Amino acid sequence: MISLKFFASLRSIAGKEEDSLDIENPITIDQLSDIISETAPKMGAIIRERKVLISVNQEMASADTIIHDGDEVAFLPPFSGGAKGHP
Amino acid sequence: MSTTTDSKIRIQLEDFSVTDEIEAMKKVSRNIGGITIFLGTGRELSKGQNITQLNFEHYPKMAEKKLEEIREKSIKDFGIIDMSIIHRIGPIEIGENIVLIIAVGEHRGETFKACEWAIAELKRTTPIWKRETTSTGEVWVQDTP
Repeated sequence: MISLKFFASLRSIAGKEEDSLDIENPITIDQLSDIISETAPKMGAIIRERKVLISVNQEMASADTIIHDGDEVAFLPPFSGGAKGHP
Repeated sequence: MSTTTDSKIRIQLEDFSVTDEIEAMKKVSRNIGGITIFLGTGRELSKGQNITQLNFEHYPKMAEKKLEEIREKSIKDFGIIDMSIIHRIGPIEIGENIVLIIAVGEHRGETFKACEWAIAELKRTTPIWKRETTSTGEVWVQDTP
């Protein structure tokens, strides 16, 4: 099972603050966005288009990050002072 | 969330005393010859609108970890003796303290540089979000320079 966390403005888009997901095998962030899209299409699109930062176990994720069972995945909107110039 | 007053990195609901925090940092070393502080406070006007209240939210553990990274890099890269960073979360009234960074060093030069870098890095990399309440509603701030 992986846990999902949605912060600040993303809470209302996802419609929840936290969620959990059973995965049989490790998945990519794109695969995770597809799963999330099934119940929250707008949130899934935001993740797929990388409009938010994503952390896995409190470390910033990259495009090739693999998510394993037990991981904590957080979706982070741009920080209060950091949107400009932040990757 | 930590409320330990002797920790150099704290994210807390309650207000802090700037003078108490400076005095605590002065005790770190007898070689301190310069102290630079940055104090961020709640501003009333934002983008032409009057703010009635601010509210800060953070990602527990990750935010503290980022602040500790900023502290350690400040010490290493600028050669300061030490740094403390305190950030409040929850509701903040106009004029109240939000964030305090104290850089202590042997000379002023490195403390100025470290303090300026640290607040910019905090805003760039630390998962803390600000929500402003105005007469027209609430908005999450995402592009404050």
